[in-house]
Formats: sequence, structure tokens, C-alpha cells
Amino acid sequence: MAEKLRATPLLDELEKGPWPSFVTEMKKSAAKNPMANDQLGILEHSYRDKIGHWKHGGLVGVMGYGGGVIGRYSDLPEEYPECAEFHTIRVNQPAGWFYTSDVLRKLCDVWEKHGSGLTNMHGSTGDIILLGAKTEALEPVFSDLTEMGFDLGGSGSDVRTPSCCCGESRCEWACYDTMKFTHELTQHFQDELHRPAFPYKFKFKMAGCPNDCVASVARSDMSIIGTWRDNIQIDQKEVAAYVKNGLDIDADVTSRCPTGCIKWDGKALQIDNTNCVKCMHCINTMPKGLAPGKDRGATILLGAKAPIIGGALLASVLVPFYDMEDAEDIYELAEEIWDVWGEHGMNRERVGEFIQRIGLGNFLEQIGLEPEPEMVMHPRTNPYIFFELDEEG
Amino acid sequence: MSTPAPRKTDIGPPHYEQFLPEVIKKNYGKWKYHERPKPGVLLHVGHSGDKLWSVRAASARLMSIETLRLLADIADEFCDGHLRFTSRNNVEFLVVDESKVDPLIERLNKEGYPVGGTGPGITNIVHTQGWIHCHSAASDASGVVKSVMDELFPYYDGSKTLPAKLRIAFACCLNMCGAVHCSDIAILGVHRRAPVIKHDQLRGQCEIPSTVSACPTGAIRPTTVDGRETVEVIEEQCMFCANCYTVCPAMTLNDPVNDGLSIWVGGKVSNARSEPMFSKLAIPFLPNNPPRWPETVAAVKNIVEVYAKDARNYERVGEWIERIGWPKFFEMTEIEFTKYHIDDFKHAGETYKRSLHFRQK
Repeated sequence: MAEKLRATPLLDELEKGPWPSFVTEMKKSAAKNPMANDQLGILEHSYRDKIGHWKHGGLVGVMGYGGGVIGRYSDLPEEYPECAEFHTIRVNQPAGWFYTSDVLRKLCDVWEKHGSGLTNMHGSTGDIILLGAKTEALEPVFSDLTEMGFDLGGSGSDVRTPSCCCGESRCEWACYDTMKFTHELTQHFQDELHRPAFPYKFKFKMAGCPNDCVASVARSDMSIIGTWRDNIQIDQKEVAAYVKNGLDIDADVTSRCPTGCIKWDGKALQIDNTNCVKCMHCINTMPKGLAPGKDRGATILLGAKAPIIGGALLASVLVPFYDMEDAEDIYELAEEIWDVWGEHGMNRERVGEFIQRIGLGNFLEQIGLEPEPEMVMHPRTNPYIFFELDEEG
Repeated sequence: MSTPAPRKTDIGPPHYEQFLPEVIKKNYGKWKYHERPKPGVLLHVGHSGDKLWSVRAASARLMSIETLRLLADIADEFCDGHLRFTSRNNVEFLVVDESKVDPLIERLNKEGYPVGGTGPGITNIVHTQGWIHCHSAASDASGVVKSVMDELFPYYDGSKTLPAKLRIAFACCLNMCGAVHCSDIAILGVHRRAPVIKHDQLRGQCEIPSTVSACPTGAIRPTTVDGRETVEVIEEQCMFCANCYTVCPAMTLNDPVNDGLSIWVGGKVSNARSEPMFSKLAIPFLPNNPPRWPETVAAVKNIVEVYAKDARNYERVGEWIERIGWPKFFEMTEIEFTKYHIDDFKHAGETYKRSLHFRQK
């Protein structure tokens, strides 16, 4: 069915220039789909009056789930009737965002049949986003998706869709199998993912090395970042080749080492591995010459979040090193955390804010972890210590 | 009448393995090193000697199914149908036949999905929904991203390079679905007026205690209007965070004149050289000026160019500013330093300078 496109003089300006245009994308869908055409119209309306036209979400979803669909209604239903209901469906992506052309086409077929034809590949948390469904389409979309082996992601106060870097599938720096771990974790916590029961959202992100390509340290409540304990692997011949090919190893590598633990004597590279803080810079600079050690695992950090409500946080160290041998250990750790936070956390208080409120020391005691110096930048500077009253003598 | 199939739930995502190309299955966990043979191309080499070329193309993130089908066709033609998406919304085609790399690049460029985004430069901007689909957006996201990337395109396709990679992120309000708070340059939508309370709507849609407790500064109080319970806002205490609006739709914040954008600089998430850091405020407010937001584009470009000229190799924006000092950053970029740049929220005192370690003018 061919649609007469809504007039979009302002948006048309955004079809110019070398970067791919979202307006062109919207027009491609709008040419065939009345929902997408009204969506195009309402966006032009926003560009005209400099204000969004989407109302607050409503309670919509699929039977038995409390998350995975974000209700969205416009405030101009008469002018743009086809997108008066324009809900978002979050579809849990395969770990590492790998697809075949075949499965992509099948997803497109489902979305052509039931929705606007617009997607985000992908949403901020990692899901495949199907943008714009009417309420009546939700169950049929869900049914078709599960038939082809896909399920919904998280939303609201639940485990949000876990995501990860491509890890060992295509990276020599991955210190654990992020995709396998992420897939199994997601399967393990299906109930927590689909049925919100926490004070607020809880995100997991898995990064294979300290480069953290998925920004887990900034964007996840539990951040699991690959690292190693033994010596950086050196191929001296390849290191020498980098130098021969013009790498200024003193300026760009050794002097940039944060602990000054790396030396180049003109022939060989020496690393004092006991002082290496696994920053990755030297390895990033010479991928052929250096590689992470062989005794690999991960550091587990907790509590990152964006500003709402009490200010933005980066995650902080909870477990300095875990060998990643048994995923069950991490499931148990997460469950301990949810027990404490679930009981004492306030409504819409992320776990990072909760820890700041009750104190990391108290929190560790509650979840049964011993304090370690790796968990802080430095010990306290103030003398206001809450000594426990049962300590005597 | 046929019996309907039992309803499937909680099956989780499909297993990734079925979507991996053979070369990845074979070399999984056994990659040796990688190189960047040309802009937009990564070459991974396994201990087996196997090679995989990943050709990275731009996307608008918002994509029609027509485009996804086109990408699928291209993947069939050049790489047995194998592709993936990156954490910054690029598309990567996974090629095992080296002779297909250049024709693939040519094809992607021709179709309008240009190849680039690797190495020391600028790649796709992580961003949010904006006016396309969000209730609390202080600006559009896609339009600003498109305008900025058009301008910075030479840093994407490799025709210009930078001292280090430079990550830009965009979020359309302080909720920061794009978690922009640790980016080299962050563009953040901001509101600047206290919520306008729709008392009639509030009675039906909101709980008064949760609306009151939603405010981080205690600016919302219960009150009575026309003999009925509602809330009021002490405007001087409002910092325009929109948390109350998320809890209560009757606390409307969107304002065509006073909403706009702010610019933040110097964040990073990697541990390379220096620890991860937050982005810090560079410009508190720029107007919403659709369709192409010229003030914002110019502001971002200015920061990129000053950084490109002055930073040393491998220095991210935050590392560069730490070396030269913030006063010099403001001097070199000719950005005005105002009272808004000085923190006044929790732990603000930790950001005050308490030494003489600065350069005298």
C-alpha cells in the first residue's frame, strides 16, 4: 500500500549531508506504512514548535510480563491518528549483536506484519527496539517473536537486558567469554528480567578487558570487566618491529605507563608485572607484540548509574579478582545484593545510591564480603567512625 | 477447530552461536592480534592463521525494515550473510575473502552507509530517542546527531585523524538513557523551568507522597488548591531534573523556549593510561535550533579542533585537559566560564581547587 508522505520541509533539511539520515529511514517506512507516516508528521510538528508530543507511558504489555514494552501515546491523536498509540517493544538481542541475513529478514517480516516498520539497532541498553506498535499488536508480535526464538527484554524495576562486548568471538584481549556468560546469565534470570520486583532497575554489562567497549563501568549496576593476574605476554620480535616501523616507544608507550613499570632499552621491552595496573595502554599500542597474561578472570564492580536521582556514579570495585570459573558464584552474589537492596532500598533508589546512603562498609557486611583496600581510592580522611558498641577493651 | 499452540514465555534470547560465521566458531577464544589495514576495516588474525576482515559502516540507529533487508542482501552478497552491530550502533560485515573487502566498501559508500569509525577519530554518536519517541526529551536526539556527524564526517571516514579516539554521546534529558556522563564530548538536553503543575490531571494520575519524595532537593510540598489535595513546587529549589515528571505526568516540564542543550567534556570509560572519568560542564546552555542546531554543531566542532591541534598522541580529551588545566581549556576554546560551571550539588566541595597548582595568566 503506497502512502502519500506527510509534508516535512524542516526534516527534509536532515536528508542532506554524508551521514546516514534517520529522516530517509522514516520516509522509507512511511511510504508503505500509515503508522510510520503519521510518526513522520508528528516529528515535523515537534521540529516546528520545539517540543515533544509524546505523553507519559501507560501500563501496556504482554500477558504475564511486567516489562519489555514501553507504553507511548501522543498528545495529538486527532491530527496523527495512526500513531496515537506507538508503543516500544524491547526484544532481547543475541549476545554480541551477531545476526545472519536470514534471521534479520525474519525479524523484519514480523515487524512489517504488526508494526510501524521502524527499529533501533539497538537501544541504549542493548535490545533490538521495535518502535511503534498499537496495543492490539503486542500479543501477536510476542507470539511471532517467541515462535522464531526471540523473547522480550527488560523495562521498569527489573533486571534490564544484559549486554556485552563481542569478547572471545573476535577479540584477542577478552579475558573471559563475555558472550557465553551473558547468554547464560540472561537465561538464568528470566523471571527477574520479565517481572519487576526491585526498588529500581538493575543492569548487568560484561566487558572482556579494561578497555570496556560496552561502557560497563559507567552504565551498569553490576559491571564485570575482564582482567588478568600474571605477566603480560611479550613477543620481543614484534615489539622491535613496531619500533622499526616508526613507533616512538618512549613517548607513546613507556612514558604513558601509569605506574612507570615498563622499560625499553633499545632492544627489548621489560615489564615489572608486579606493578602493572592492567590499564591496557601498551597492549593497545602494540597488539602484535603484547597480550594480556594467561591467568585471566574479571573484576566485579557495582553501582554505576546516570544522574537521576542522586547524581551520576561510576561503578566501584566489589570483587578485585574472580576467575570466572563458575557463573553460579556470580548469580549468588547478585541474589545476595538484591536481598539486601530489595529489603532496605527506597523506591527508585539504584543500588549505587543505596550503598552511598548506608555506607560501603555496612553494605559489605550485609552481603558477606570482607573489606579490601582495592575497593577504595584511599581510606577515610574523617575521624567520625561509627565504632560498634559491642567492641570493648 | 485446531488447538492453539501453547504460549511460549521466558525463553530468553536465541543462542548467539547459530549466528556466528564459521571463521569465528573455529577461532573463538583463539585470536592472536588485529590490525587496522584502512579506515573502517579491522583485520583479526587467529593463532590458526585464519583472517577475518570486519568492515564497519555507519547507521542512523533508527532504521527501517527496508534498510535492514538491504543490509541483509549486502551481507549475502559479500560475506555469506554474516553481520553484527557494535555498541555504538555501527554495522559490521564479517568478511573472510579479502578480495571482497574493497567492493563491499564501495557498495556501502554508494548506498549511503559510509565505512569508517575505527582508530583515532570519531565514530557514531550513542544517542537517545528525543522527540521521536520520548515524553521527557528537552530536545531531539537524531537531528542533532545527524547535524554533528555531517560536520565531523572527515574524522569518521579517516580523511582527518585525531590524537586519540574521541567518543561523543547524546542524551535528550538528565535521565541520560544514553549515559553520556563519561564521554569525551557529551551533548545533553536540559530543562530550565520548574514543572507546570496540571492540578486536575494530578488528582487522577499521581500519588502525592511519591511525587513529593521524588524531588532530590525537597522542592515539592503537599498543598491544597480549590479545596483539593495536590502539590506545589518551590521554584528556587528546583534544578529541573524531571524526576518528578517521571513519577507524575502532571508535572509537565517541556518548554519550547527554555529547553535546550548543554555540552560536557573530558569523560572516558576505558582504563587505558588514566582511570575512567566523568565528563565536566563546558557550556551550560545552547538554544534548541532545529532542524540543524548550528550553535551546537559549531560548539562541538570548536572543541574538537582545539583538541586536535593541542593534544599529544594518545591523549583523550580528559587527559589533555588534565595536563593543560581547565583555565587553559576555557582560554583556548574561548568558552565563557560562569557560575554555572561551579558545582553546588552533593560533594561539590570536592571540586574546588585547594592548591596553587595552576598556571598564572
